[in-house]
Amino acid sequence: MSAWETIRLVAAREVRVRAASRATRIGTLVLVLAIVALVVVIALVSGSGSAAKVAFTPPTGALAQPLAVSAGLLGQEVETSTVADEAAGERQVRDGAVDALVAGTAQEPRIVVDEELGDTLRAALLAVARQQALDRAVQALGGDPAAVNRDVDAVRLEVVALDPHDPEHDERLVVGTIVGVLIYVALLTYGPIVAQGVVEEKTSRVVELLLSTIRAWQLMAGKVLGIGLVGLVQFVLLIAAGVIAGVATGVLTLPASVAAGTIAWAVAWYLLGYAVYALLFAAAGALVSRQEDVSSATLPLIMVIIVPYVIGISVLPGDPGNRLVAILSLVPLFAPTLMPIREAMGEAAAWELVLATGLTLATIALLVRGAGRVYVNAVLRTGARVRLREALGRA
Amino acid sequence: MRIALGVVEADAGEVRWDGRPVDLEARRRIGYMPEERGLYPRMTVADQLTYLARLHGLDAARARRSVDTWIERLGLGERRDEEVLKLSLGNQQRVQLAAALVHDPDVLVLDEPFSGLDPVAVDVMSDVLREKCAEGVPVVFSSHQLDLVERLCDRVGIIRAGRMVAVGTVEELRAHAAPRIEIHAPAAPPGWAEALPGVAVLERRDGRTLVELRDGADDQRLLEAALATGPVHEFARRPPSLAELFRHAVSEEGAA
Repeated sequence: MSAWETIRLVAAREVRVRAASRATRIGTLVLVLAIVALVVVIALVSGSGSAAKVAFTPPTGALAQPLAVSAGLLGQEVETSTVADEAAGERQVRDGAVDALVAGTAQEPRIVVDEELGDTLRAALLAVARQQALDRAVQALGGDPAAVNRDVDAVRLEVVALDPHDPEHDERLVVGTIVGVLIYVALLTYGPIVAQGVVEEKTSRVVELLLSTIRAWQLMAGKVLGIGLVGLVQFVLLIAAGVIAGVATGVLTLPASVAAGTIAWAVAWYLLGYAVYALLFAAAGALVSRQEDVSSATLPLIMVIIVPYVIGISVLPGDPGNRLVAILSLVPLFAPTLMPIREAMGEAAAWELVLATGLTLATIALLVRGAGRVYVNAVLRTGARVRLREALGRA
Repeated sequence: MRIALGVVEADAGEVRWDGRPVDLEARRRIGYMPEERGLYPRMTVADQLTYLARLHGLDAARARRSVDTWIERLGLGERRDEEVLKLSLGNQQRVQLAAALVHDPDVLVLDEPFSGLDPVAVDVMSDVLREKCAEGVPVVFSSHQLDLVERLCDRVGIIRAGRMVAVGTVEELRAHAAPRIEIHAPAAPPGWAEALPGVAVLERRDGRTLVELRDGADDQRLLEAALATGPVHEFARRPPSLAELFRHAVSEEGAA
């Protein structure tokens, strides 16, 4: 039997055990729901597509068209409708079927709302009413309101933006934040699972039985690959849920090429980050023999995941180009959480991505040797916690 | 045993099977039961055994057949889909034995296989070991249940402080031991035998005396001395049990 076949068997067991575990299934479901809920909340808050509904009584019906135009200039969509009389309109306002009712006459409109009139809608209505008054005044002076309006409409404001606003900026910020959270959660979930899996084998002593037929590095590799695969499936599911929800609600409007690049990098950074941390967590787990000691052995690693991420997530949304975070995002242990956020925000230069990827790959190569050695030396030693130097030292 | 299974490095020496050093390939053909019992607590009996069979190189179909056979044979049929965690200690031991047997090994190495077994399981275990032996599979096991060892083993080795202090069949070990004689002479006064050269009294109770003859002491002289005290109803050799041989071997070494 080849080494790969052994590793495949070990990995397959991990996948089977994790996939059958209720914790994994429920956890995935909760995360998928959370991400869909998040996207829906963003859709509701950003309010795009939420048109204001305004009803008109027959005498004011002529105002419907001008209102739609003036509201459009203010960036507010308006759906207009006509009601039979004022009483019917008031009922609709009270039911919440429409946001406002325009009653009275075209000359002196009266606005009926449930609680208050929104600022944008108020400005739009005011503009319409003033326009009406202006038209009448022009007419009274013997002029042609249509001609006046044409001249007025011809006026344009020239705007010179010194630092033009990127229309995708806000969306990239949100996508970057979500990608960061997903990778962060994945690392904090699956790293400790690797450590616990290692300790479980030590505590139950099954490791001795296993190591009488397979080599320690095969056991470690199979475990890391198996758990990583489960994590990858979960990660991809979450991203798919986010993308589907984003497209369905119209929140996600990034060009497909940008979105695909971001997703590819997110998956790549999950894999790189998981590889780095899974190896470290496996070695940390091998040092202890009891489940109670796992958390103290893995605490330093957890801090190394949390601290840069917290710095990044608190600094980047306000200042995506931050220098300190840019430098931190090149450091192999920090890159997996920081670089994908910067990439999604459109702040990571190509050379930075390549450099960070290269450094992380090199780190993984070192860890395969270093962490592998610690694991092999420590995994059969039960009882007191094995000192790191001891585990590294013995050949 | 742990060295033979490659779990611990040897300080010196070599483990060979069929004249070749035992490598990973050879180890896969060994059935091993570690002293520290170990199974995945949260895997079911059948899954666990299948996994171990596969790790030992059986393909899926053979693994399944073998698992079914051993689960049936060891009386675990009703427990096959239960997590090991939920089994009684005795049943866990049976699973552990099944784990050693499931890949149809060429050699069995069992560390204290009888510890923690109920009497029924001891019988099952003994039968299985005898049967494997009859199939030509060498079985090496360690145990402190010496009555079982005496019944089951062709060859016995006694280890003291990491050294083999005696090795051979039970008979051979006995032959090396000093002969023991039990005399039933109800009228014999206390201390009647102590003065005889080469005779050590081990026990005296109800007119019965158990002695050990050392340095080739003559049993006929002992008999004469016994007759001199009055009637002798019994004068018989008592072969030492393995437990006594063990005690002797261990203490002798300690004295040396």
